[in-house]
Amino acid sequence: MTELTQLTLAAALDGLEKKSFSSRELTEAFIGLIESANPQLNAYVVQTPEKALEMAEASDTRRAKGAAGKLDGAPLGIKDLYCTKGVRTTACSSILGAFTPTYESTVTQNLWNQGAVMLGKLNMDEFAMGSSNETSAFGSVANPWRRNDGANATLTPGGSSGGSASAVAADLCLGATASDTGGSIRQPAAFTGTVGIKPTYGRASRYGMVAFASSLDQAGPIAKSVEDAAILLEVMCSHDEKDSTSLPVETPDWRTDVSKPISGMKIGIPKEYRIDGMPEEIEALWSQGVEWLKAEGAEIVDVSLPHTKYALPAYYIVAPAEASSNLARYDGMRYGARVNGDDLTATYQGTRGEGFGAEVQRRLMIGTYVLSSGYYDAYYLRAQKVRTKILQDFQNVFTEVDALLTPATPSAAFAYGERSDDPVAMYLNDVFTVTANLAGLPGISVPAALDGQGLPLGLQVIGKALDEAACFKVGAAIERAAGFSARPDKWW
Amino acid sequence: MSVTRDDVKKVARLSRIAVDDSRLDDLAGELSGILNWIEQLNEVDIDGVEPMTSVVAARLPMRDDEVTDGDKVDDVLANAPKSEDGFFVVPRSVE
Repeated sequence: MTELTQLTLAAALDGLEKKSFSSRELTEAFIGLIESANPQLNAYVVQTPEKALEMAEASDTRRAKGAAGKLDGAPLGIKDLYCTKGVRTTACSSILGAFTPTYESTVTQNLWNQGAVMLGKLNMDEFAMGSSNETSAFGSVANPWRRNDGANATLTPGGSSGGSASAVAADLCLGATASDTGGSIRQPAAFTGTVGIKPTYGRASRYGMVAFASSLDQAGPIAKSVEDAAILLEVMCSHDEKDSTSLPVETPDWRTDVSKPISGMKIGIPKEYRIDGMPEEIEALWSQGVEWLKAEGAEIVDVSLPHTKYALPAYYIVAPAEASSNLARYDGMRYGARVNGDDLTATYQGTRGEGFGAEVQRRLMIGTYVLSSGYYDAYYLRAQKVRTKILQDFQNVFTEVDALLTPATPSAAFAYGERSDDPVAMYLNDVFTVTANLAGLPGISVPAALDGQGLPLGLQVIGKALDEAACFKVGAAIERAAGFSARPDKWW
Repeated sequence: MSVTRDDVKKVARLSRIAVDDSRLDDLAGELSGILNWIEQLNEVDIDGVEPMTSVVAARLPMRDDEVTDGDKVDDVLANAPKSEDGFFVVPRSVE
Protein backbone atom coordinates (compact mmCIF):
# COMPACT_ATOMS: atom_id res chain seq x y z
CA MET A 1 0.00 0.00 0.00
CA THR A 2 3.02 2.32 -0.06
CA GLU A 3 1.76 4.02 -3.20
CA LEU A 4 -1.14 5.51 -1.22
CA THR A 5 1.34 7.44 0.90
CA GLN A 6 2.83 9.08 -2.19
CA LEU A 7 -0.43 10.79 -3.12
CA THR A 8 -0.81 14.51 -2.75
CA LEU A 9 -3.40 15.64 -0.22
CA ALA A 10 -5.66 16.76 -3.08
CA ALA A 11 -5.40 13.35 -4.79
CA ALA A 12 -5.92 11.48 -1.52
CA LEU A 13 -9.07 13.51 -0.71
CA ASP A 14 -10.29 12.77 -4.22
CA GLY A 15 -9.63 9.03 -3.74
CA LEU A 16 -11.46 9.04 -0.41
CA GLU A 17 -14.41 10.86 -1.97
CA LYS A 18 -14.57 8.32 -4.81
CA LYS A 19 -14.28 5.47 -2.29
CA SER A 20 -11.16 4.18 -4.08
CA PHE A 21 -9.81 3.50 -0.60
CA SER A 22 -10.89 4.16 2.96
CA SER A 23 -9.31 6.47 5.49
CA ARG A 24 -8.49 3.37 7.52
CA GLU A 25 -6.50 1.88 4.61
CA LEU A 26 -4.75 5.18 4.00
CA THR A 27 -3.96 5.65 7.68
CA GLU A 28 -2.64 2.09 8.04
CA ALA A 29 -0.30 2.68 5.12
CA PHE A 30 1.15 5.75 6.84
CA ILE A 31 1.44 4.01 10.21
CA GLY A 32 3.38 1.15 8.60
CA LEU A 33 5.71 3.52 6.80
CA ILE A 34 6.35 5.64 9.90
CA GLU A 35 7.20 2.52 11.88
CA SER A 36 9.89 1.50 9.41
CA ALA A 37 11.21 4.98 8.51
CA ASN A 38 11.18 6.87 11.79
CA PRO A 39 14.17 5.15 13.41
CA GLN A 40 16.29 6.54 10.54
CA LEU A 41 14.63 9.95 10.05
CA ASN A 42 13.49 10.80 13.62
CA ALA A 43 10.73 13.01 12.22
CA TYR A 44 8.10 11.96 14.78
CA VAL A 45 8.72 12.41 18.50
CA VAL A 46 5.31 10.97 19.44
CA GLN A 47 3.41 8.45 17.34
CA THR A 48 -0.33 8.06 17.89
CA PRO A 49 -1.32 5.04 15.76
CA GLU A 50 -4.29 4.01 17.91
CA LYS A 51 -5.73 7.50 17.96
CA ALA A 52 -5.13 7.74 14.22
CA LEU A 53 -7.04 4.53 13.47
CA GLU A 54 -9.88 5.64 15.73
CA MET A 55 -10.09 8.98 13.91
CA ALA A 56 -9.84 7.22 10.53
CA GLU A 57 -12.73 4.88 11.33
CA ALA A 58 -14.85 7.76 12.54
CA SER A 59 -14.03 9.54 9.29
CA ASP A 60 -15.07 6.55 7.17
CA THR A 61 -18.38 6.46 9.05
CA ARG A 62 -18.93 10.19 8.44
CA ARG A 63 -18.10 9.85 4.76
CA ALA A 64 -20.50 6.90 4.39
CA LYS A 65 -23.21 9.19 5.78
CA GLY A 66 -22.28 11.93 3.32
CA ALA A 67 -21.12 14.24 6.10
CA ALA A 68 -17.44 14.54 5.22
CA GLY A 69 -15.45 17.68 6.06
CA LYS A 70 -12.84 19.41 3.93
CA LEU A 71 -9.99 17.20 5.18
CA ASP A 72 -11.99 14.15 6.12
CA GLY A 73 -9.84 11.07 6.54
CA ALA A 74 -6.56 12.79 5.64
CA PRO A 75 -3.65 11.69 7.89
CA LEU A 76 -1.51 14.65 8.98
CA GLY A 77 1.51 15.23 11.19
CA ILE A 78 1.45 17.94 13.86
CA LYS A 79 4.47 19.98 14.88
CA ASP A 80 5.19 19.43 18.58
CA LEU A 81 4.56 23.14 19.15
CA TYR A 82 0.76 22.71 18.96
CA CYS A 83 -1.03 21.69 22.13
CA THR A 84 -2.95 18.48 21.49
CA LYS A 85 -5.33 17.36 24.20
CA GLY A 86 -4.15 14.18 25.88
CA VAL A 87 -1.05 13.87 23.67
CA ARG A 88 2.37 14.90 25.01
CA THR A 89 3.42 18.35 23.80
CA THR A 90 6.85 19.70 24.76
CA ALA A 91 8.04 21.91 21.87
CA CYS A 92 10.93 19.40 22.00
CA SER A 93 12.25 20.90 25.24
CA SER A 94 13.26 18.93 28.34
CA ILE A 95 11.82 21.66 30.52
CA LEU A 96 8.27 20.62 29.64
CA GLY A 97 8.95 17.06 30.83
CA ALA A 98 5.97 14.93 29.86
CA PHE A 99 3.56 17.89 29.61
CA THR A 100 0.23 16.63 28.35
CA PRO A 101 -2.21 19.42 27.48
CA THR A 102 -5.75 19.35 28.79
CA TYR A 103 -6.86 21.53 25.89
CA GLU A 104 -6.44 21.72 22.11
CA SER A 105 -4.85 24.48 20.04
CA THR A 106 -7.28 26.34 17.78
CA VAL A 107 -5.34 25.44 14.62
CA THR A 108 -5.38 21.70 15.32
CA GLN A 109 -9.02 21.86 16.47
CA ASN A 110 -9.84 23.43 13.09
CA LEU A 111 -8.17 20.45 11.38
CA TRP A 112 -10.05 17.88 13.46
CA ASN A 113 -13.32 19.75 12.90
CA GLN A 114 -12.81 19.10 9.18
CA GLY A 115 -12.12 15.41 9.76
CA ALA A 116 -8.31 15.25 9.60
CA VAL A 117 -6.51 12.30 11.21
CA MET A 118 -3.53 12.78 13.56
CA LEU A 119 -0.53 10.49 13.01
CA GLY A 120 1.62 12.01 15.76
CA LYS A 121 3.79 14.92 16.87
CA LEU A 122 6.68 16.12 14.77
CA ASN A 123 10.23 16.95 15.81
CA MET A 124 11.43 20.57 15.85
CA ASP A 125 14.16 22.78 17.24
CA GLU A 126 13.62 23.39 20.95
CA PHE A 127 10.94 26.09 21.31
CA ALA A 128 11.35 26.66 17.53
CA MET A 129 14.76 28.26 18.11
CA GLY A 130 17.02 26.93 15.41
CA SER A 131 17.52 26.48 11.68
CA SER A 132 18.73 22.89 11.60
CA ASN A 133 16.69 20.85 14.11
CA GLU A 134 19.88 20.29 16.10
CA THR A 135 18.51 21.95 19.22
CA SER A 136 15.67 19.43 19.75
CA ALA A 137 15.73 17.58 23.06
CA PHE A 138 14.80 14.45 21.08
CA GLY A 139 17.75 14.54 18.71
CA SER A 140 18.09 15.91 15.22
CA VAL A 141 16.01 14.96 12.16
CA ALA A 142 17.50 13.52 8.99
CA ASN A 143 16.69 15.13 5.66
CA PRO A 144 15.50 12.42 3.24
CA TRP A 145 17.65 14.15 0.60
CA ARG A 146 21.36 13.40 0.32
CA ARG A 147 24.10 14.88 -1.82
CA ASN A 148 24.94 12.93 -4.97
CA ASP A 149 28.63 12.72 -4.05
CA GLY A 150 28.30 9.22 -2.63
CA ALA A 151 29.49 10.30 0.83
CA ASN A 152 26.01 9.86 2.32
CA ALA A 153 26.47 12.65 4.86
CA THR A 154 23.32 13.22 6.91
CA LEU A 155 21.87 16.58 5.99
CA THR A 156 19.64 18.80 8.06
CA PRO A 157 16.02 19.23 6.91
CA GLY A 158 16.31 22.80 8.20
CA GLY A 159 14.43 24.21 11.13
CA SER A 160 12.68 24.84 13.21
CA SER A 161 9.95 22.78 11.46
CA GLY A 162 12.46 20.08 10.45
CA GLY A 163 10.28 17.15 11.49
CA SER A 164 7.36 18.54 9.49
CA ALA A 165 9.50 19.02 6.37
CA SER A 166 11.21 15.64 6.61
CA ALA A 167 7.90 13.82 7.22
CA VAL A 168 6.24 15.44 4.19
CA ALA A 169 9.27 14.84 1.94
CA ALA A 170 9.50 11.17 2.99
CA ASP A 171 5.73 10.54 2.61
CA LEU A 172 5.23 10.01 6.35
CA CYS A 173 2.05 12.14 6.22
CA LEU A 174 -0.07 13.88 3.57
CA GLY A 175 0.84 17.27 5.00
CA ALA A 176 1.96 18.79 8.27
CA THR A 177 1.42 21.78 10.49
CA ALA A 178 4.46 23.95 11.05
CA SER A 179 5.14 27.42 12.44
CA ASP A 180 7.28 30.33 11.32
CA THR A 181 8.88 33.03 13.49
CA GLY A 182 11.83 33.93 11.25
CA GLY A 183 11.63 31.35 8.45
CA SER A 184 10.84 28.10 10.27
CA ILE A 185 8.28 26.99 7.66
CA ARG A 186 9.88 28.31 4.48
CA GLN A 187 13.53 27.35 5.07
CA PRO A 188 12.82 23.67 5.89
CA ALA A 189 10.40 23.50 2.95
CA ALA A 190 13.16 24.80 0.65
CA PHE A 191 15.66 22.28 2.07
CA THR A 192 13.35 19.31 1.47
CA GLY A 193 11.68 20.04 -1.88
CA THR A 194 8.32 20.76 -0.24
CA VAL A 195 5.97 23.75 -0.21
CA GLY A 196 5.59 25.92 2.89
CA ILE A 197 3.57 29.07 3.51
CA LYS A 198 3.51 31.52 6.39
CA PRO A 199 0.29 33.54 6.20
CA THR A 200 -0.22 37.17 7.21
CA TYR A 201 0.29 37.74 10.94
CA GLY A 202 -3.11 37.31 12.60
CA ARG A 203 -4.61 34.95 9.97
CA ALA A 204 -4.18 31.90 12.17
CA SER A 205 -4.85 31.78 15.88
CA ARG A 206 -1.84 31.39 18.17
CA TYR A 207 -4.05 29.93 20.93
CA GLY A 208 -2.48 26.69 22.12
CA MET A 209 0.74 27.18 20.18
CA VAL A 210 3.77 27.17 22.46
CA ALA A 211 4.91 30.81 22.30
CA PHE A 212 8.37 31.85 21.11
CA ALA A 213 8.14 35.48 19.92
CA SER A 214 4.52 36.53 19.97
CA SER A 215 4.69 39.42 17.49
CA LEU A 216 6.37 37.15 14.90
CA ASP A 217 4.99 33.62 15.44
CA GLN A 218 2.52 32.41 12.85
CA ALA A 219 1.09 28.98 11.98
CA GLY A 220 1.19 27.50 8.50
CA PRO A 221 1.48 24.19 6.64
CA ILE A 222 4.26 22.26 4.92
CA ALA A 223 2.79 20.31 2.01
CA LYS A 224 3.56 18.37 -1.15
CA SER A 225 2.17 20.94 -3.59
CA VAL A 226 0.97 24.53 -3.72
CA GLU A 227 -2.61 23.28 -3.98
CA ASP A 228 -2.16 21.09 -0.88
CA ALA A 229 -0.74 24.07 1.01
CA ALA A 230 -3.81 26.11 0.02
CA ILE A 231 -6.20 23.38 1.18
CA LEU A 232 -4.45 23.07 4.56
CA LEU A 233 -3.95 26.77 5.21
CA GLU A 234 -7.59 27.50 4.51
CA VAL A 235 -8.67 25.10 7.27
CA MET A 236 -5.94 26.18 9.72
CA CYS A 237 -6.84 29.88 9.58
CA SER A 238 -9.79 31.36 11.44
CA HIS A 239 -10.76 34.31 13.58
CA ASP A 240 -10.43 33.29 17.22
CA GLU A 241 -11.50 35.25 20.29
CA LYS A 242 -8.93 33.34 22.32
CA ASP A 243 -6.11 35.20 20.49
CA SER A 244 -6.42 38.99 20.74
CA THR A 245 -4.20 39.45 17.67
CA SER A 246 -6.33 37.14 15.54
CA LEU A 247 -7.76 39.18 12.67
CA PRO A 248 -11.56 39.42 12.35
CA VAL A 249 -11.50 38.58 8.63
CA GLU A 250 -12.97 35.85 6.46
CA THR A 251 -10.64 33.14 5.20
CA PRO A 252 -10.81 33.11 1.39
CA ASP A 253 -11.10 30.04 -0.84
CA TRP A 254 -7.38 29.84 -1.68
CA ARG A 255 -7.59 26.53 -3.49
CA THR A 256 -9.21 28.22 -6.49
CA ASP A 257 -6.37 30.78 -6.66
CA VAL A 258 -3.91 28.01 -7.51
CA SER A 259 -5.22 27.72 -11.08
CA LYS A 260 -5.68 31.44 -11.73
CA PRO A 261 -3.47 33.15 -14.35
CA ILE A 262 -0.81 35.65 -13.33
CA SER A 263 -0.81 37.63 -16.56
CA GLY A 264 -0.73 41.34 -15.86
CA MET A 265 0.55 40.88 -12.31
CA LYS A 266 3.51 43.05 -11.37
CA ILE A 267 6.28 41.11 -9.66
CA GLY A 268 9.04 42.99 -7.85
CA ILE A 269 12.65 41.80 -7.76
CA PRO A 270 14.32 43.36 -4.70
CA LYS A 271 17.96 44.07 -5.49
CA GLU A 272 19.04 43.84 -1.85
CA TYR A 273 18.33 40.09 -1.86
CA ARG A 274 21.39 39.61 -4.08
CA ILE A 275 23.84 39.05 -1.24
CA ASP A 276 27.59 38.45 -1.08
CA GLY A 277 28.61 34.84 -1.13
CA MET A 278 25.31 33.55 -2.51
CA PRO A 279 25.92 30.42 -4.61
CA GLU A 280 25.71 31.02 -8.36
CA GLU A 281 23.11 28.28 -8.65
CA ILE A 282 20.72 30.23 -6.44
CA GLU A 283 21.35 33.40 -8.42
CA ALA A 284 20.68 31.44 -11.64
CA LEU A 285 17.49 29.90 -10.24
CA TRP A 286 16.23 33.35 -9.27
CA SER A 287 16.84 34.58 -12.84
CA GLN A 288 15.12 31.47 -14.15
CA GLY A 289 12.15 32.27 -11.90
CA VAL A 290 11.97 35.73 -13.44
CA GLU A 291 11.87 34.19 -16.94
CA TRP A 292 9.16 31.72 -15.91
CA LEU A 293 6.93 34.49 -14.57
CA LYS A 294 7.54 36.64 -17.65
CA ALA A 295 6.54 33.72 -19.85
CA GLU A 296 3.30 33.45 -17.86
CA GLY A 297 2.56 37.08 -18.65
CA ALA A 298 3.72 38.81 -15.46
CA GLU A 299 5.47 42.15 -15.59
CA ILE A 300 8.83 42.18 -13.82
CA VAL A 301 9.79 45.34 -11.92
CA ASP A 302 13.16 45.99 -10.23
CA VAL A 303 12.54 47.33 -6.74
CA SER A 304 14.55 48.30 -3.68
CA LEU A 305 14.01 47.38 -0.03
CA PRO A 306 16.91 49.40 1.39
CA HIS A 307 16.72 48.18 4.99
CA THR A 308 16.83 44.47 4.16
CA LYS A 309 20.30 43.94 5.63
CA TYR A 310 19.12 45.21 9.00
CA ALA A 311 16.23 42.75 9.26
CA LEU A 312 18.19 39.86 10.72
CA PRO A 313 20.02 41.86 13.42
CA ALA A 314 16.72 43.58 14.35
CA TYR A 315 15.11 40.14 14.56
CA TYR A 316 17.85 38.94 16.92
CA ILE A 317 16.87 41.68 19.34
CA VAL A 318 13.09 41.51 19.03
CA ALA A 319 12.72 37.71 19.01
CA PRO A 320 15.01 36.95 21.99
CA ALA A 321 13.45 39.87 23.93
CA GLU A 322 9.95 38.47 23.42
CA ALA A 323 11.21 34.95 24.13
CA SER A 324 12.83 36.00 27.42
CA SER A 325 9.44 37.30 28.50
CA ASN A 326 7.39 34.38 27.13
CA LEU A 327 9.65 31.70 28.52
CA ALA A 328 9.66 33.22 32.01
CA ARG A 329 6.66 30.95 32.61
CA TYR A 330 8.88 27.86 32.69
CA ASP A 331 9.74 27.94 36.36
CA GLY A 332 9.01 24.33 37.32
CA MET A 333 6.11 25.31 39.57
CA ARG A 334 2.91 24.57 37.68
CA TYR A 335 4.01 22.13 34.97
CA GLY A 336 7.10 20.61 33.46
CA ALA A 337 10.18 19.19 35.10
CA ARG A 338 11.25 20.76 38.42
CA VAL A 339 14.84 20.56 39.65
CA ASN A 340 14.86 21.21 43.40
CA GLY A 341 17.51 23.53 44.87
CA ASP A 342 18.28 24.87 48.34
CA ASP A 343 15.82 27.73 48.04
CA LEU A 344 13.23 29.05 45.58
CA THR A 345 15.73 30.97 43.44
CA ALA A 346 18.04 27.95 43.27
CA THR A 347 15.06 25.82 42.24
CA TYR A 348 14.21 28.26 39.43
CA GLN A 349 17.82 28.44 38.29
CA GLY A 350 18.35 24.70 38.46
CA THR A 351 15.09 23.98 36.64
CA ARG A 352 15.94 26.42 33.84
CA GLY A 353 19.64 25.55 33.80
CA GLU A 354 18.91 21.87 33.22
CA GLY A 355 15.63 22.14 31.33
CA PHE A 356 16.64 24.57 28.58
CA GLY A 357 19.19 23.62 25.94
CA ALA A 358 22.22 25.74 25.04
CA GLU A 359 20.65 27.70 22.14
CA VAL A 360 17.53 28.56 24.13
CA GLN A 361 19.67 29.69 27.07
CA ARG A 362 21.77 31.83 24.73
CA ARG A 363 18.70 33.55 23.30
CA LEU A 364 17.08 34.05 26.70
CA MET A 365 20.26 35.71 27.92
CA ILE A 366 20.44 37.94 24.83
CA GLY A 367 16.78 38.86 25.34
CA THR A 368 17.30 39.61 29.01
CA TYR A 369 20.40 41.65 28.19
CA VAL A 370 18.76 43.86 25.55
CA LEU A 371 15.78 44.51 27.82
CA SER A 372 17.85 45.17 30.92
CA SER A 373 18.05 48.55 32.57
CA GLY A 374 20.31 50.95 30.67
CA TYR A 375 20.27 48.94 27.43
CA TYR A 376 16.57 49.03 26.49
CA ASP A 377 16.74 52.19 24.35
CA ALA A 378 20.01 51.26 22.66
CA TYR A 379 18.83 47.82 21.64
CA TYR A 380 15.14 47.03 21.91
CA LEU A 381 13.68 50.44 21.13
CA ARG A 382 16.13 50.94 18.25
CA ALA A 383 15.25 47.51 16.83
CA GLN A 384 11.53 48.31 16.96
CA LYS A 385 12.20 51.55 15.04
CA VAL A 386 14.26 49.68 12.45
CA ARG A 387 11.33 47.29 12.19
CA THR A 388 9.11 50.24 11.27
CA LYS A 389 11.61 51.17 8.52
CA ILE A 390 11.50 47.61 7.17
CA LEU A 391 7.71 47.67 7.11
CA GLN A 392 7.78 51.05 5.33
CA ASP A 393 10.14 49.59 2.68
CA PHE A 394 7.53 46.96 1.91
CA GLN A 395 4.65 49.44 1.96
CA ASN A 396 6.52 51.58 -0.56
CA VAL A 397 7.21 48.77 -3.05
CA PHE A 398 3.70 47.37 -2.72
CA THR A 399 2.32 50.60 -4.18
CA GLU A 400 4.14 49.52 -7.38
CA VAL A 401 4.01 45.71 -7.42
CA ASP A 402 1.62 42.90 -6.46
CA ALA A 403 4.20 40.48 -5.05
CA LEU A 404 7.94 39.95 -4.67
CA LEU A 405 10.08 37.08 -5.96
CA THR A 406 13.22 36.14 -4.00
CA PRO A 407 15.30 33.06 -3.29
CA ALA A 408 13.99 31.15 -0.25
CA THR A 409 17.36 30.41 1.34
CA PRO A 410 21.00 31.46 0.75
CA SER A 411 22.10 27.80 0.37
CA ALA A 412 20.84 24.24 -0.05
CA ALA A 413 20.59 21.90 2.95
CA PHE A 414 23.88 21.52 4.81
CA ALA A 415 25.32 18.62 6.73
CA TYR A 416 25.14 18.34 10.51
CA GLY A 417 28.03 20.02 12.21
CA GLU A 418 28.85 22.28 9.25
CA ARG A 419 27.32 25.43 10.75
CA SER A 420 26.72 24.85 14.43
CA ASP A 421 29.97 26.36 15.80
CA ASP A 422 29.05 29.95 15.03
CA PRO A 423 25.57 31.13 16.11
CA VAL A 424 25.61 34.10 13.71
CA ALA A 425 26.46 31.88 10.69
CA MET A 426 23.46 29.72 11.60
CA TYR A 427 21.20 32.78 11.92
CA LEU A 428 22.04 33.81 8.32
CA ASN A 429 19.89 30.92 7.07
CA ASP A 430 16.86 33.15 7.59
CA VAL A 431 18.21 36.20 5.75
CA PHE A 432 15.54 36.01 2.99
CA THR A 433 12.62 34.89 5.13
CA VAL A 434 12.84 36.99 8.29
CA THR A 435 11.75 40.23 6.62
CA ALA A 436 8.23 38.87 6.08
CA ASN A 437 7.94 38.03 9.79
CA LEU A 438 9.06 41.47 10.90
CA ALA A 439 6.52 43.11 8.56
CA GLY A 440 3.77 40.51 9.20
CA LEU A 441 3.50 39.60 5.50
CA PRO A 442 2.63 36.27 3.85
CA GLY A 443 5.44 34.31 2.19
CA ILE A 444 5.50 30.99 0.35
CA SER A 445 8.47 28.77 -0.49
CA VAL A 446 8.14 26.60 -3.59
CA PRO A 447 10.68 23.97 -4.77
CA ALA A 448 12.01 25.00 -8.16
CA ALA A 449 15.20 23.09 -9.04
CA LEU A 450 17.96 20.75 -7.90
CA ASP A 451 21.47 22.10 -7.44
CA GLY A 452 24.64 20.44 -8.74
CA GLN A 453 24.73 18.21 -5.67
CA GLY A 454 21.22 16.98 -6.35
CA LEU A 455 19.61 18.98 -3.53
CA PRO A 456 16.39 20.97 -3.82
CA LEU A 457 16.35 24.77 -3.94
CA GLY A 458 13.32 26.97 -3.41
CA LEU A 459 11.98 30.32 -4.54
CA GLN A 460 9.97 32.58 -2.26
CA VAL A 461 7.00 34.78 -3.11
CA ILE A 462 6.14 37.51 -0.59
CA GLY A 463 2.69 39.09 -0.83
CA LYS A 464 0.93 42.13 0.57
CA ALA A 465 -0.75 41.80 3.96
CA LEU A 466 -3.81 39.53 3.61
CA ASP A 467 -2.93 38.76 -0.01
CA GLU A 468 -1.99 35.09 0.38
CA ALA A 469 -3.90 34.70 -2.90
CA ALA A 470 -0.98 36.34 -4.74
CA CYS A 471 1.45 33.93 -3.07
CA PHE A 472 -0.65 30.96 -4.16
CA LYS A 473 -1.13 32.25 -7.73
CA VAL A 474 2.53 33.09 -8.31
CA GLY A 475 3.72 30.04 -6.34
CA ALA A 476 1.57 27.78 -8.51
CA ALA A 477 2.93 29.46 -11.65
CA ILE A 478 6.48 28.65 -10.49
CA GLU A 479 5.42 25.10 -9.66
CA ARG A 480 3.93 24.62 -13.15
CA ALA A 481 6.91 26.14 -14.92
CA ALA A 482 9.52 24.31 -12.84
CA GLY A 483 7.76 20.98 -13.14
CA PHE A 484 9.68 19.95 -10.04
CA SER A 485 9.07 16.21 -9.70
CA ALA A 486 12.38 15.01 -8.23
CA ARG A 487 12.16 12.81 -5.18
CA PRO A 488 14.86 11.70 -2.76
CA ASP A 489 16.26 8.18 -3.32
CA LYS A 490 14.88 6.02 -0.55
CA TRP A 491 17.70 5.03 1.84
CA TRP A 492 15.74 5.08 5.11
CA MET B 1 30.60 45.69 22.64
CA SER B 2 32.45 43.10 24.66
CA VAL B 3 30.56 41.01 27.19
CA THR B 4 32.58 40.05 30.28
CA ARG B 5 32.33 37.03 32.55
CA ASP B 6 30.64 39.26 35.13
CA ASP B 7 28.11 40.45 32.56
CA VAL B 8 27.25 36.82 31.76
CA LYS B 9 26.87 36.02 35.45
CA LYS B 10 24.57 39.01 35.89
CA VAL B 11 22.40 38.25 32.88
CA ALA B 12 22.23 34.54 33.79
CA ARG B 13 21.01 35.51 37.25
CA LEU B 14 18.42 37.89 35.78
CA SER B 15 17.31 35.07 33.45
CA ARG B 16 17.16 32.62 36.38
CA ILE B 17 19.42 30.18 34.56
CA ALA B 18 22.10 28.31 36.51
CA VAL B 19 25.33 28.64 34.53
CA ASP B 20 28.42 26.75 35.61
CA ASP B 21 31.55 28.90 35.93
CA SER B 22 33.28 26.71 33.36
CA ARG B 23 30.85 27.99 30.69
CA LEU B 24 31.26 31.70 31.40
CA ASP B 25 34.12 32.36 28.97
CA ASP B 26 32.45 30.55 26.07
CA LEU B 27 29.16 32.32 26.70
CA ALA B 28 30.89 35.70 26.98
CA GLY B 29 32.46 35.08 23.56
CA GLU B 30 29.19 33.95 21.97
CA LEU B 31 27.14 36.80 23.38
CA SER B 32 29.81 39.32 22.35
CA GLY B 33 29.76 37.90 18.83
CA ILE B 34 25.99 38.23 18.56
CA LEU B 35 25.88 41.72 20.10
CA ASN B 36 28.72 42.97 17.88
CA TRP B 37 26.85 41.76 14.84
CA ILE B 38 23.71 43.50 16.07
CA GLU B 39 25.62 46.79 16.42
CA GLN B 40 25.19 47.41 12.67
CA LEU B 41 21.71 48.71 13.53
CA ASN B 42 23.46 51.88 14.68
CA GLU B 43 23.96 52.75 10.98
CA VAL B 44 20.21 53.23 10.48
CA ASP B 45 18.82 56.75 10.72
CA ILE B 46 15.87 56.36 13.07
CA ASP B 47 15.26 60.04 13.79
CA GLY B 48 11.54 60.67 14.09
CA VAL B 49 10.63 57.01 13.46
CA GLU B 50 7.95 55.51 15.67
CA PRO B 51 8.76 52.08 17.11
CA MET B 52 6.66 49.25 15.67
CA THR B 53 4.65 48.08 18.65
CA SER B 54 1.97 46.12 16.84
CA VAL B 55 2.02 44.05 13.65
CA VAL B 56 -1.74 44.25 13.35
CA ALA B 57 -3.06 47.73 12.74
CA ALA B 58 -6.46 46.92 14.21
CA ARG B 59 -7.34 47.96 17.77
CA LEU B 60 -7.28 45.24 20.37
CA PRO B 61 -10.75 43.80 20.85
CA MET B 62 -12.67 44.34 24.09
CA ARG B 63 -15.08 41.93 25.70
CA ASP B 64 -17.45 42.06 28.63
CA ASP B 65 -15.77 41.45 31.97
CA GLU B 66 -17.51 38.16 32.66
CA VAL B 67 -16.35 34.76 33.82
CA THR B 68 -16.36 32.51 30.76
CA ASP B 69 -14.30 29.59 31.98
CA GLY B 70 -13.45 27.83 35.22
CA ASP B 71 -14.15 24.91 37.57
CA LYS B 72 -11.23 23.00 36.08
CA VAL B 73 -9.08 22.30 39.11
CA ASP B 74 -8.10 18.86 37.90
CA ASP B 75 -7.17 20.17 34.45
CA VAL B 76 -5.13 22.99 35.93
CA LEU B 77 -3.22 20.66 38.25
CA ALA B 78 -2.91 17.80 35.77
CA ASN B 79 0.70 18.61 34.88
CA ALA B 80 1.89 19.94 38.24
CA PRO B 81 5.25 18.58 39.41
CA LYS B 82 3.70 18.44 42.89
CA SER B 83 0.13 19.10 44.10
CA GLU B 84 -2.00 18.41 47.15
CA ASP B 85 -5.64 19.00 48.06
CA GLY B 86 -6.31 21.05 44.95
CA PHE B 87 -3.21 23.24 45.32
CA PHE B 88 0.20 23.48 43.69
CA VAL B 89 2.94 22.56 46.15
CA VAL B 90 5.94 24.86 45.74
CA PRO B 91 9.17 25.42 47.68
CA ARG B 92 9.02 27.72 50.69
CA SER B 93 9.35 31.31 49.46
CA VAL B 94 8.94 33.24 52.74
CA GLU B 95 11.13 32.45 55.72
